[in-house]
Amino acid sequence: MAVAQLKLDTTTNRLAAVTVPDGAVWAQAARSDALARVSAMGLPTRRDEYWKYTDPASLVAVDAPAAALFDNGEGPLFAGVDKVSLVFVDGVFDAAQSDDLTGTGLEIDQLSTVTQTDIHWAKDIYGTLEERGQNPVARPFAALNTAIATDGIVIRATAAVTKPVHITYLHQSTTSDVTLHHVVRVEEGASLTLLETGPGAARLNTCLEADIANTGQFHHIRVQGNDHERRAVTHCFAQLGTESVFKSFTLTFNGVMTRNECVIDMRGDDAIAHVAGACVGDGDDFHHDDTVFVTHDALRGESRQVFKKVLRNGAVGVFQGKILVKQGAQKTDGYQISQSLLLDDDSQFLAKPELEIYADDVACSHGSTTGAIDETALFYLRSRGVPLHTARNLLTLSFLAEALAEIEDETLAEELQTRLEGWLARRA
Amino acid sequence: MLEINNLHAELEDDSEVTILKGLSLSIKPGEVHAIMGPNGSGKSTLSYILSGKDGYKVTDGSATLGGVDLLDMEPEERAAAGLFLAFQYPVEIPGVGNMTFLRTAVNAQRKARGQEEMSAGDFLKEVRAKAKELQIDADMLKRPVNVGFSGGEKKRNEILQMAMLEPKMCILDETDSGLDVDAMKLVADGVNALRSDNRSFLVITHYQRLLDHIKPDFVHILSGGRIIKSGGPELALEVENNGYADLLAGAA
Repeated sequence: MAVAQLKLDTTTNRLAAVTVPDGAVWAQAARSDALARVSAMGLPTRRDEYWKYTDPASLVAVDAPAAALFDNGEGPLFAGVDKVSLVFVDGVFDAAQSDDLTGTGLEIDQLSTVTQTDIHWAKDIYGTLEERGQNPVARPFAALNTAIATDGIVIRATAAVTKPVHITYLHQSTTSDVTLHHVVRVEEGASLTLLETGPGAARLNTCLEADIANTGQFHHIRVQGNDHERRAVTHCFAQLGTESVFKSFTLTFNGVMTRNECVIDMRGDDAIAHVAGACVGDGDDFHHDDTVFVTHDALRGESRQVFKKVLRNGAVGVFQGKILVKQGAQKTDGYQISQSLLLDDDSQFLAKPELEIYADDVACSHGSTTGAIDETALFYLRSRGVPLHTARNLLTLSFLAEALAEIEDETLAEELQTRLEGWLARRA
Repeated sequence: MLEINNLHAELEDDSEVTILKGLSLSIKPGEVHAIMGPNGSGKSTLSYILSGKDGYKVTDGSATLGGVDLLDMEPEERAAAGLFLAFQYPVEIPGVGNMTFLRTAVNAQRKARGQEEMSAGDFLKEVRAKAKELQIDADMLKRPVNVGFSGGEKKRNEILQMAMLEPKMCILDETDSGLDVDAMKLVADGVNALRSDNRSFLVITHYQRLLDHIKPDFVHILSGGRIIKSGGPELALEVENNGYADLLAGAA
């Protein structure tokens, strides 16, 4: 009873403090439904099985814990890429720093504009994919996001879009508490690349709903930035049509709390979903959690999860990954690997791989490893004259290479590799 | 060049296990020495101790390279000082490109010696020329270090590293193991091409046949952590014909 009461109290307290934005009738309905979902499921506590390894207290708290700003002087990512650039400063859209909301084969709008319009395609998606993703596991922060998100980007790709859309989240206020919600629709035969970079806020809650039509392709690359004290809880809900492709990669530097949930629903036959991530954490206040749930509900689906974590000085990494193969989803090919490289004895990696299979003609494999730097390889490098710290960094990068290889665009991958090298070099 | 004097060593974790028991050896510039010996005599351990691998404790004696104390240095410092160990089992390193590895090593050594780093262009030119001599194709250079290499390719890759790093003192630890006759010839040719008046070699092997290709000036028999007999190339032939038993009996 005490636990239930605590959950009720924290949920009531938090919801009493939120503001639901105004909007058109459909938007209001979606938001109040979402708010009702949050009330019904309650915000999580450490006693929830899904939050056993990650303490949600700082995400549930009414006020965002302050986070100092941090600039390591590396400058903005993807500066050399020809793209449509959109900038949010502590959650507020900055039109002056952003490009025009136009693009070839693209419709782009702000969520705050769209939700004022009576008729818009996004109303069929907004909150819908999120709501579906609440089963069989509740994701209260996603529902909360749908209810209170102040803004976001709404994108519809109708052709093969060559220029990526790049959302930059700048963090300028040490106490900002930001909730943003993006909606993406990739039409039949269309393709789109979305880039997301930056810390965004002291506490950032983002939700991305991506509806990928038959033969559509959606590539998503995200870099969660450097601020040491920032917190983030993110959700990505992707729904895949026949022969569609969804590939998502996230690179995370620092942060005292990051929980990235990716929920993939493979509804069309012959769909491909790859979700990957790499994170580097230094210090006992670093906590990073990747939680993935892939549902195969169609024939011949291919899903792949590749997650790598480099942890040092007491950093904590968590991986919860599930592949659910529904009855009739024959010829499913599911793969999952989660690995950590612990650079000392103080760091921790907690992994919970899960397979749940109701079809009899499928191939699903999963693996999880935790290890230290390979001493034999280290000696080999040093015996050739490579200094200890350089050798360690080379081997650390080689450990991350399999995850970075998931990025198809080599230019983008190289830029991220350079950032990783910088991060490691600063810790030599 | 390399002076080893009364070297004693044991396992770091187990002082009961003494591996070297007073080993002395003097190698002058340009000389090729071979060490032969039965299994467990301490041959590979000697190469590891000289190159600085963890897990061993030197309890007595000394080892110097060009008058500088080797045992006091980190493995990378020994390499920069001119020591090179060709591994019996070259290590596979997935995710690190062979070229990246080689260039990092070459430039790290140059930097440690206060020399200018090699430019990307010069490096590429040199590595291609040397790879060609060893019949290492461009694809092997691009692949991760030793990953997916055959036994012969791994050993040729060791010799390529040796050629690029231009060490003063090369230790070859059972370089013939796992090689067929043709591959051994190729590797031996690579080594012979590197022989010079100011570069010395210590060739560790079980068998005499490698020494048909790499002709040693001196042959030493190692047993029980000590050199029990030294001689010219004819000593290797004696081992080949009679085995170690006679020599061991003679020493006892």
